[in-house]
Amino acid sequence: MKQAVVTVRYAALAVLALLVAGCDRLVVLNPKGPIADAERGLMIDAFTVMMIVVVPVILMALWFAWRYRAGRNARYEPTWDYSGKVDAVVWLVPALIVIAVAVLLWRSTHKLDPYREIASSTPPLDVQVVAQDWKWLFIYPEQGVASVNQLAIPAGRPISLRITSDTVMNSFYVPALAGQIYAMAGMQTRLQILADKPGKFVGRNTQYSGGGFSDQFFEVVAMSQADFDAWVAKAKQAPARLDPPTYAKLAEKSRLNPITLYSAVEPKLFDAIIDRYTGGHQAHGGQTPTAPARR
Amino acid sequence: MFGRLTIEALPFYSAIAATGAAMVVGGALLVAIVITWLKGWVYLWQEWLTSVDHKRIGAMYIILALIMLLRGFVDAIMMRAQQAMALNNGGYLPPEHFDQIFSSHGTIMIIFMAMPFMTGLLNIAVPLQIGTRDVAFPFLNSLSLWLAASGASLVMVSLVIGKFSTAGWTGYPPYSGIQYSPGVGVDYWIWALLISGVGSTLSGINFIVTILKRRAPGMTLMRMTPFVWTALCTSVLMAFAFPAITVACILLALDRLLGMHFFTNELGGNMMNYANVFWIWGHPEVYILILPAFGVFSEVVATFSRKRLFGYESLVYATAAIAILSFTVWLHHFFTMGSSANVNAFFGVTTMVIAVPTGVKVFNWLLTMYRGRITFHPSMLWTVGFIATFVIGGMTGVLLAVPPVDFLMHNTTFLVAHFHNMIIPGVLFGYLAGYMYWFPKAFGFKMNEPWGTAAFWFWIVGFYLAFMPLYVLGMMGMPRRMEQYNDPSWQPWLVAASMGAVLIMIGIACLIMQVIVSIRDRKKNLDVTGDPYDGRTLEWATSSPPPPYNFAVLPEIRDREALLDMKERGVAYTPPARYHDIEIPKNSPAGVIMGGLSFVFGFAMVWWIWWLAILCGLAMWATMIWRSSDDETDFVLTAAEVERLERARYRELEAARS
Amino acid sequence: MNANVTAVPGHPHSEAAEIHAQRELGFWLYLMGDAIIFALLFMTYGIMVGNTAGGPAGRQLFSLNNAALETALLLISSTTFGFASLSSRAGNRSAVMGWLAITFLLGAGFVFLEIREFLGMIRIGAGPDRSGFLSAFFTLVGTHGTHVSVGLIWILILCAQVAIKGLSLPVTSRLFRLGLFWHFLDIAWVGIFSVVYLPGLL
Repeated sequence: MKQAVVTVRYAALAVLALLVAGCDRLVVLNPKGPIADAERGLMIDAFTVMMIVVVPVILMALWFAWRYRAGRNARYEPTWDYSGKVDAVVWLVPALIVIAVAVLLWRSTHKLDPYREIASSTPPLDVQVVAQDWKWLFIYPEQGVASVNQLAIPAGRPISLRITSDTVMNSFYVPALAGQIYAMAGMQTRLQILADKPGKFVGRNTQYSGGGFSDQFFEVVAMSQADFDAWVAKAKQAPARLDPPTYAKLAEKSRLNPITLYSAVEPKLFDAIIDRYTGGHQAHGGQTPTAPARR
Repeated sequence: MFGRLTIEALPFYSAIAATGAAMVVGGALLVAIVITWLKGWVYLWQEWLTSVDHKRIGAMYIILALIMLLRGFVDAIMMRAQQAMALNNGGYLPPEHFDQIFSSHGTIMIIFMAMPFMTGLLNIAVPLQIGTRDVAFPFLNSLSLWLAASGASLVMVSLVIGKFSTAGWTGYPPYSGIQYSPGVGVDYWIWALLISGVGSTLSGINFIVTILKRRAPGMTLMRMTPFVWTALCTSVLMAFAFPAITVACILLALDRLLGMHFFTNELGGNMMNYANVFWIWGHPEVYILILPAFGVFSEVVATFSRKRLFGYESLVYATAAIAILSFTVWLHHFFTMGSSANVNAFFGVTTMVIAVPTGVKVFNWLLTMYRGRITFHPSMLWTVGFIATFVIGGMTGVLLAVPPVDFLMHNTTFLVAHFHNMIIPGVLFGYLAGYMYWFPKAFGFKMNEPWGTAAFWFWIVGFYLAFMPLYVLGMMGMPRRMEQYNDPSWQPWLVAASMGAVLIMIGIACLIMQVIVSIRDRKKNLDVTGDPYDGRTLEWATSSPPPPYNFAVLPEIRDREALLDMKERGVAYTPPARYHDIEIPKNSPAGVIMGGLSFVFGFAMVWWIWWLAILCGLAMWATMIWRSSDDETDFVLTAAEVERLERARYRELEAARS
Repeated sequence: MNANVTAVPGHPHSEAAEIHAQRELGFWLYLMGDAIIFALLFMTYGIMVGNTAGGPAGRQLFSLNNAALETALLLISSTTFGFASLSSRAGNRSAVMGWLAITFLLGAGFVFLEIREFLGMIRIGAGPDRSGFLSAFFTLVGTHGTHVSVGLIWILILCAQVAIKGLSLPVTSRLFRLGLFWHFLDIAWVGIFSVVYLPGLL
């Protein structure tokens, strides 16, 4: 018995150590930008409010099971099956909690709408994102450059992403900076991100997309404006250009593509990728009533 | 001649696939040999396979569910082992194999484990609890069973011939379209779901009519047991939600077979419509599964607390509210599809509202335990374990209902942990509680309790160990369905999760031992009274197992705890003044024939063997017409015969009492 | 199961009526489920009606005359089915069979017109694989047409049952449910006419 207690204690310690060590690995709890930070805050707020119900329920379940077990002869009222007051509490407490969280939800959903650009004195940097099998292409329309599997961004400046897919549905996810949004062929979704400080973060596709899915990650590098300008200049020097044949080659299935920079991009490439699926006959009212992919 | 079926479809391309196939074929052969050796085929055919008796159909549903539980669990532990190993290496499973496994795991556990288990419990308990002799449409009941079995067989056959889908249990296009998934896998998935889905729709209709039209005299709606209420709500959901999955699957099949463009990327397809139609079924489906489990908990908690259920009416209204609300929340499965903030917020709020009636139910169970006299039959352990664990899943569910939080946690292992936290304690624990609770009623002897208790402890500890790490991994940004990964900080958690899966495996072994030991010791544990727990509801008023007609004379109901009321009035277990002739539906082979034909039909559609599909289609039509033209589907058990059976029972009762 | 088993020649009347009431309720529930299938197909059509992908739209494909003729056939067939039901209540066996035969012919005419329309569209390259819009059109209208065809087979079966078994309680009860089915298809068609054909042409 004593042995068991010691084992349990060691196991608990090990788990604790793991948690502490892993804490900075809990990327969701260690956001590196305001959007992810707000989303984390919301999660913690909702979690805290929920504890008002969760903790008592767990305690009551264990305590009642212990206290009213047969043979202990605690008070026994076999016909007590209703009480208006208790009933009212039982409906009202969860209802009040839900109302509180619902208000939180309504406000935050509008505030953190991924289509709503981040308010800032600096204008956002536009980046176009294309999901492919099994890699990510980032096009910088203003700079006229592009990169594969590397999203370089200036820290402190809002980034406005326009996202589409040149294959099946993907989901664009950089947990350190913001929540995810789907990438769908023939459609464009949007996401806003901002990195507070320079740093490197992992981005992924989270929507299963075939055999190379596990390898479909990319790096996000946030850097100072000067470093970013240097990065653009470096990209401009890159030998490869993203013309139609190069793009067609790139769009084929491939895994673990090395980071590649392109010094030039076919004009309107992003729109052309979307139009490939809509055939230029973009449908009017062609979206579902409940999930319109807004442009 | 054989469509696209060639010898290459046999799984000799990989050792793991070949092993899986060998286990399926070997298992089937072994069962066949044992039955032949016991000379059991005729008995099996006459008494079970062709049976239209709800009790036997219920038992067969649960046997199917337990077999599929084993298969689904093998998938689960293979995934856990793969992820525990595959840091910076391919593990032991190639991606394509891993992808089939997570797809079949989800499909099997939801459609071919949970659904048959639930329908089986409904079959065993509902007619007895409402005091009727059978369901409204006994033949349809048998047909539903065999359609479910046919769908399950298609999934099993995909292990041996061809491959299963890699598109996950939700089968999202365009990935599941013919362009990106050209093989037979998605077709297996489609036809398995379609065939069993028709059976589920029919079951839903059957139980709605049974509960609304066939209750014993005096049983008003508000005297129905909580389990019957949940069964009614679930049946309504089944009848009206399953058409949606039928539509989703048929449209996907049309895309794949006839080159249509419902969900393709090009030529005007719109895959977002699939997500909507699928989840219009998919979300109610969650409640289809969980409501009957809630019903079981309500029965068990009252019986083993030896106390009237607290807040019966609240519980009934909460159940109905959940059923209605379940149709208004489907969009929360794809907040990340780019809907407007108003739409997302609306569905987020409706999702949270469901937490209110659910919370009410939890408190009602707790207050039933309060000032009770609790005995810890394994069923009660499952119930207490459920309450303490389920709230955690409910809490993470409310977190995910907040769209911005969902943006962060969607598609990660946090989501996986959340829904397993709902479905394992909520659904599976409930079904296992019901299975151990009603087992003596169905088979006439009690189950071994120590093995059941051991199973509970392994399951619940294993559950926490397997799924709490997944919450943490989700916070680390780990997507679901990863065949391999390169982040070393994930591995310890994945190893811990695999240890949890091992504990659950031991729990499953305990469940198997429990069955073996219970059958071995059945003579010692006979339930001669038909009322092993000093029960409160009507199913315990008849013998165990009940006679084919359930009740020789339909009882008069005066209270919602019908049997307890009869006991208090001193009218329980008293022979009636006289007996009457009883009409009983005749067994029919049409159900099992239809099931077999639908299986071959599905197989032919998967492999494009058109002549065979047409042949089977025609044969199904012929069977249906033949069966529906038959006006003499009942036989009469004469009053004298009923009296003979009942006398024997009362003699046993007397002997047991004295 | 057990000895002392005899076949039942006929139910005591009230119990039999109860059984048919249950079947009626069950059938209503089935029809409601079927209505959900149609509702989802209508929704899908509504979503996809603009997704012509450069192919033909309804305006170029639909013929008001054809749709109006189909509507007329189906509505009249509902009336003639009503006469069959009345004759059944009056116990007039041959009248029931006569009206059912007329209903069958009208329904078969409807199916013929629909198949002709479909084949015509496929011939000019406007088949269901041309665009999302055409996929949705063929599936919605074709699902209805399949239902009508099933109804035709069912009419034949019940004609045979009336001929062989007479207007016994089980047969009239089946006739009643077939009536529900047939009228339901009418309602579905009115929906198709007003959601698919009218807006497509006007």
